[in-house]
Amino acid sequence: MELFSNANDFLLWVRGDAFNIALGLFIIGVLVRILEIFLLGRKKDFSEARGTQWGPGLRNIVSRSVVDNGTFKRAPFVVVVGYIWHICFFIVLFLFIPHIELINALLGIQWPGLASQLVDAATVVAMVSLVAMLWHRLTHPVLKFLSTYEDYVVWFVTFLPLLTGYMAFHRMIDPYPLALGLHILSVELLMVIFPFTKLMHAFTLFIARWYTGAMMGRKGIVS
Amino acid sequence: MNDTLNITKGINALKEQIDAPTAAFFSSCVHCGLCAEACLFYTETNDPKYTPINKVEPLKRVWESEYTLFGRLKKALGLAKPVTDELLAEWEPLIYDGCTLCGRCSMVCPVGNDISTMIRKVREGMVASDHVPEGLVGASTRAVKIGSPMGIRLKALQAQIKHIERDTGLKIPIDVEGADYMALLSSMEIINFPEYIESLAKIFKQANVSWTLSSEAFEATNSGIQIGSSDIARELVQRIVDGAEKLKVKYVISPECGHAFTAIRWDGPNLIGKSYSFKVVHILELLDELQQSGRLKTQGMEDKKLTFHDPCQIVRKGGVEAQPRRLLSQVASQFVEMSDPGKMNWCCGGGGGVSANERADDVRLKAFNRKKSQLEEINVEVLVTACANCRLILEEGLEENNMDMPVVGLSELISEHLLEENAVEGERDE
Ligand code: SF4
Ligand code: SF4
Repeated sequence: MELFSNANDFLLWVRGDAFNIALGLFIIGVLVRILEIFLLGRKKDFSEARGTQWGPGLRNIVSRSVVDNGTFKRAPFVVVVGYIWHICFFIVLFLFIPHIELINALLGIQWPGLASQLVDAATVVAMVSLVAMLWHRLTHPVLKFLSTYEDYVVWFVTFLPLLTGYMAFHRMIDPYPLALGLHILSVELLMVIFPFTKLMHAFTLFIARWYTGAMMGRKGIVS
Repeated sequence: MNDTLNITKGINALKEQIDAPTAAFFSSCVHCGLCAEACLFYTETNDPKYTPINKVEPLKRVWESEYTLFGRLKKALGLAKPVTDELLAEWEPLIYDGCTLCGRCSMVCPVGNDISTMIRKVREGMVASDHVPEGLVGASTRAVKIGSPMGIRLKALQAQIKHIERDTGLKIPIDVEGADYMALLSSMEIINFPEYIESLAKIFKQANVSWTLSSEAFEATNSGIQIGSSDIARELVQRIVDGAEKLKVKYVISPECGHAFTAIRWDGPNLIGKSYSFKVVHILELLDELQQSGRLKTQGMEDKKLTFHDPCQIVRKGGVEAQPRRLLSQVASQFVEMSDPGKMNWCCGGGGGVSANERADDVRLKAFNRKKSQLEEINVEVLVTACANCRLILEEGLEENNMDMPVVGLSELISEHLLEENAVEGERDE
């Protein structure tokens, strides 16, 4: 590594300038994307409403997390692995004590974490479920048909932080500052591509679910 | 060249359709493929091209390259995928033959995308760029010129009315100014199921409802909505509004027909850009209300095992779900639900203009296999529904599959069970 005289320098840069740049791009990018949505607005609806919008909109944000029985039976793999992936990912991201410490340093808020062995297990399950989803994407006719290069790029960039985190935790890369630096760098990569890809769903799904729930509520359909 | 002119018009029409919900939907799609599992055109053909979110590709391209920073950048660098005339030509059958706008995909998408509404938006672009199936063009031309997509003129209606009046001795009121309710009919009801008009007359007489038909605005079917042309749809809605205002009615009754209800109840005011001076009720809402308030009394029960096919536009897109069930509970002792009932019901395969489009006949019959399996699961003797179009499609599908089962309209079923004595006593028309 020519840019950095040693692993410590690399870690310092990754944690310092690189992190700030990535975070800045992430925040600005996400804000721009959300503004792009809201600025488009909605036309006024002149039809006589049968119900309200806000309540059903909020309700739909929650209720859309549960799939209907018929669809579950038709696509159990997507549903089950989808749940497992998201739950494990949230455990790893928000309940690993060093992550909580970082968030505390950035935002000044904290909460109790999980024992690192549990987070370690969740990491493994998350990685396995990602691999399973990739396999499914490559083999299921609909998913194969729908997928674009973006889906695979996003998969890879999401997988990397888990892999590097796992390797750092188990001291599989030497020296440790290099391992940690690579992990943080992979997260920065994720943050930078986030606003330009479907990763945006993490934010926009709340908007999408609200709009659909609100429309249904207006017509008196239970969301 | 004509093609370039058309494509520009098409793209502009698509641009006009993009709003905040559309942008939120496109931003959220994770390509999970679940919407395919919700769509009968995919489940019954196993062809991935029928995946709902794939059907909106042209709209997605316009959104991305015009309304996102990154997309605009890509476009400037020549990297964006353009919307071309070929693309629209290729997508046209997916949009018109392979989608009934049933809205089931919009109930299933885990990120909450209302895909069906987006498909409706794509149709605006198709119409503007002149990519529309023959059958629908014919229907909407007739709707504008003659006043009905099936080419039914007032004379035809008058002939049916004469028949009914002679057979039943009841009077069918036409152009009664100041009546409370103005009833609309769908062409299919006038031609294929005139029993519906008869049922209205019987029920309204018993419940003492002041009602009328309008000689200028009796047709409820809105081909503009089906083809996806707001201009045509607006003209057809305006006719009804004028008719209702002329007769100074308080309410307009949508017939059983599902798309007619969507057109007049939800889309209409937005098409003409203002609220109505009257209220719109679906016939099932009205019947339910009459029954709840004790004005509509029934006697006797159907004892055959029967089920109810929810028309998509009435339940899933119209919010009328409890009413048909309450009504049925009064006249049927052995009512059973299909799997996925109510707002999750599967489409008959013929909505959204698909039934008016001959080119779609094959795929429509394949799609009907969904209904067939649903019916086979519960083994019923009678199928009740509340949409003249569903009814025709169901009858045809059943016949095609050698399934011997009568399909009955719910309003008619109610009218067959009217309490007799009231029918005699209530000679109080206007
Ligand atoms: S609206 Fe219905 S027919 Fe159309 S894509 Fe969605 S599920 Fe399929
Ligand atoms: S179900 Fe929703 S998120 Fe999944 S592919 Fe379809 S539109 Fe996209």
